Amino acid sequence: MDEIIEGNFQIIGGNFANAGEASMQMKAKLMELGVDEATIRRAAIATFEAEMNVIIYAAAGRLHYYITPHNITIKIEDMGPGIEDIEQAMQEGYSTAPDWVREMGWGAGMGLPNMKKNSDEFKIDSVVGEGTTVEMIINFS
Amino acid sequence: MKLSNVVDNLSLEVKTGKGNLQNNVTGVYISDLLSDVMGNSKEGNIWITLQTHLNIVAVAGLKNLSGIIIVGNRQLQEDVLQKAEAEKITVMSTPLPAFEIAGKLYQLLNQ
Repeated sequence: MDEIIEGNFQIIGGNFANAGEASMQMKAKLMELGVDEATIRRAAIATFEAEMNVIIYAAAGRLHYYITPHNITIKIEDMGPGIEDIEQAMQEGYSTAPDWVREMGWGAGMGLPNMKKNSDEFKIDSVVGEGTTVEMIINFS
Repeated sequence: MKLSNVVDNLSLEVKTGKGNLQNNVTGVYISDLLSDVMGNSKEGNIWITLQTHLNIVAVAGLKNLSGIIIVGNRQLQEDVLQKAEAEKITVMSTPLPAFEIAGKLYQLLNQ
């Protein structure tokens, strides 16, 4: 594989029914390319958690992935409330999710930590009232 | 062990994904927190949960789980069953609570 492969997805806030669509398509693409299983697993976990965050917290967002022969970059930009204290949000177990989201088994404060744990590079920027951008790079082994 | 052996021994009702019953079971993961399952379950695991909404299908698919056991006779909505069937995810159901089905499964897998 020597070409660059990209994908773009719109994610609508509150649309739990379509959650995982971007991750599943990306996973299928990585499998098609013969990327090793451990890397696919990390990319799928990180991307799904990112999708869920947009669905749970934002009005809408966009997910873009970019595959080179060496790695995959996943970038998620949302129009959400933004995160006031990123350090706190990165702590395992910290969550601002409402009760009804917690009843679904989300909002356990594991999303951002899971994303970071499964990425080789993890960048997060947020502006309160505007939105949050996350960029993750996962290297192929 | 094959999923079909688990289904027979534990009298599970198979709701969807009947085509996967020859798949191997690598172990079991029990959690109702979806991020926990995303982070910590292993490929081929059976997932025991009381969650019944649509997102369980995506989690099981992304993690290549061998199946989902829904406990306590909780009913699944038609849209969830359709999605699980479309994604070839085996969803099973038991009237037992999580502790009891887990105990039986533990015995069965460690025979």
